[in-house]
Amino acid sequence: MQSEVKFAGFGGQGILLSAKILAHAALEAGHEVVWIPSYGPEMRGGTAYCTVVIGDRPIGSPIIKNPRHLIAMNRPSLEKFAATIRPGGVILINQSLVPIGSGRDDVDELAVPVNELAVAAGSLRAANIVALGAFVARSRILDFTLLRRCVEAEFAAKPKVLRINQDALEKGRAAAVG
Amino acid sequence: MGKILMKGNEAIGEAAIRAGCLNYFAYPITPQSEVAEYLSWRMPEVGGVFLQGESEVAVGYMLFGAAGAGERVFTTSSSPGISLMSEAISYIAAAQLPAVFVNIIRGGPGLGGILPSQGDYFQATKGGGHGDYRLLVMAPASVQETAEMVMQAFPLAEKYRNPVMILGDGLIGQMMEPVEFPDHLRTAPSNKDEWASSGMSTRGSSRRNLVKSLFLDPETLNNQNLLLKAKYDRMKREEVRYEGYNLQGDYRVLIVSYGTMSRVCRTAVDNLKAQGLEVGLLRPQTLFPFPERAIREAAGKSTCRAVISIEMSMGQMVEDVERSVRGIRSVHWYGKCGGDVPTPEEIMEVVRDLDDGGCQTPGCICDKE
Repeated sequence: MQSEVKFAGFGGQGILLSAKILAHAALEAGHEVVWIPSYGPEMRGGTAYCTVVIGDRPIGSPIIKNPRHLIAMNRPSLEKFAATIRPGGVILINQSLVPIGSGRDDVDELAVPVNELAVAAGSLRAANIVALGAFVARSRILDFTLLRRCVEAEFAAKPKVLRINQDALEKGRAAAVG
Repeated sequence: MGKILMKGNEAIGEAAIRAGCLNYFAYPITPQSEVAEYLSWRMPEVGGVFLQGESEVAVGYMLFGAAGAGERVFTTSSSPGISLMSEAISYIAAAQLPAVFVNIIRGGPGLGGILPSQGDYFQATKGGGHGDYRLLVMAPASVQETAEMVMQAFPLAEKYRNPVMILGDGLIGQMMEPVEFPDHLRTAPSNKDEWASSGMSTRGSSRRNLVKSLFLDPETLNNQNLLLKAKYDRMKREEVRYEGYNLQGDYRVLIVSYGTMSRVCRTAVDNLKAQGLEVGLLRPQTLFPFPERAIREAAGKSTCRAVISIEMSMGQMVEDVERSVRGIRSVHWYGKCGGDVPTPEEIMEVVRDLDDGGCQTPGCICDKE
């Protein structure tokens, strides 16, 4: 069984970091995992995509045409990737910036006001962690307690930032499970 | 220590340190600049040296000089940077000094692009620099294997007193995977007294070592080249490495592929198997020496109808595959080199066409007339 999660948004939204935290959690859970950025001549405000592949056996192709899940942090990302997601996957949409839906009826679509929740948690910069919390809670791709531990490990050196991100993670989870 | 999540580029830096290399000279270039970023703080931490050269030409000669003085030394770069170092690589090979070069290939020719490619196969395995020299070339397919090959490269370079190259593509450098480092002992080069020009009195030796590559007398130069050739012949006997996948079954097509591309092929092999088509995959782990015999034997399997080299280039390794197969099976090529890595679906289609008896790849080396 292999699952792939595409994180997509614009540069500065913390796409690579939230993907890395998920990859770390997958490693801690004993899975095989690959984190693949779409590196290119990017600049702040440009596009940023990253795929995390999680599997039970060594991962073959790191190039994924049809991921299982999508976290779309802005509108161009949703428009570009919504059609590529395999049926049955989760499409998480950042409702704060994306006024449209995926147009798919064969996926589990979840719209979350990610930016507003991040601001409520203490910083807009935690929007990626809100989205990560919402996604993992909804998809159950990994154990949430383990994810929480990996978020804490990531921000352990900065207590103030840690508190904001812990709160952001819980707000995301609450938004996903209702 | 347990597994940690690391980018290929960072793992290269850490692996070199674990292998006891405390000298890293480099010039940044995408897609491998993270090696320099990592070692810029990590080298000072372990008492090593990170020095950014003024150009890749300078870096190549920094390696030459440090290796000549008996230091374990390495650099990393990407395609255009390796071109600039190639003159020094030829000199290092001629002077029979150990050094490790890592090329995280980007698209070419010229400045090309910064996305993954395997377009430097010829440069790595057939020359790059001038003269009759060879590099021992290793091609990893995962972050773990990259780290292991970097650690193996240093003793190999010293065993042969010859440069070793790790050939990866941009994806190998950029992706993160779990990696585990063995607790390697840092050992000094065991044989450096045979070649290092480090001062007879300080190393307590009565032997004089001279680092040079100029031999004007024709017989002397010929003998020098025979000496080098004997080393390359020994590499062919002792260092060939490859990995087989699904080679036990009655495969109808044999794929030869290396690096990132081989992982995509592995997925294609799994998917085709699920659909009832048996395909074998042979992944060269050393590109020089090339697993000629293994490929010929795998191609010779009675059920095998065709052999295909799948690479992110316009058909470079396929020449070695064709040479290895020696005409006993038809040999084909499929590839791309703009930075888009061929997908498993694309490869499945190409292989199905081959099994149906018809190569559909425009520009394939096979004679379709």
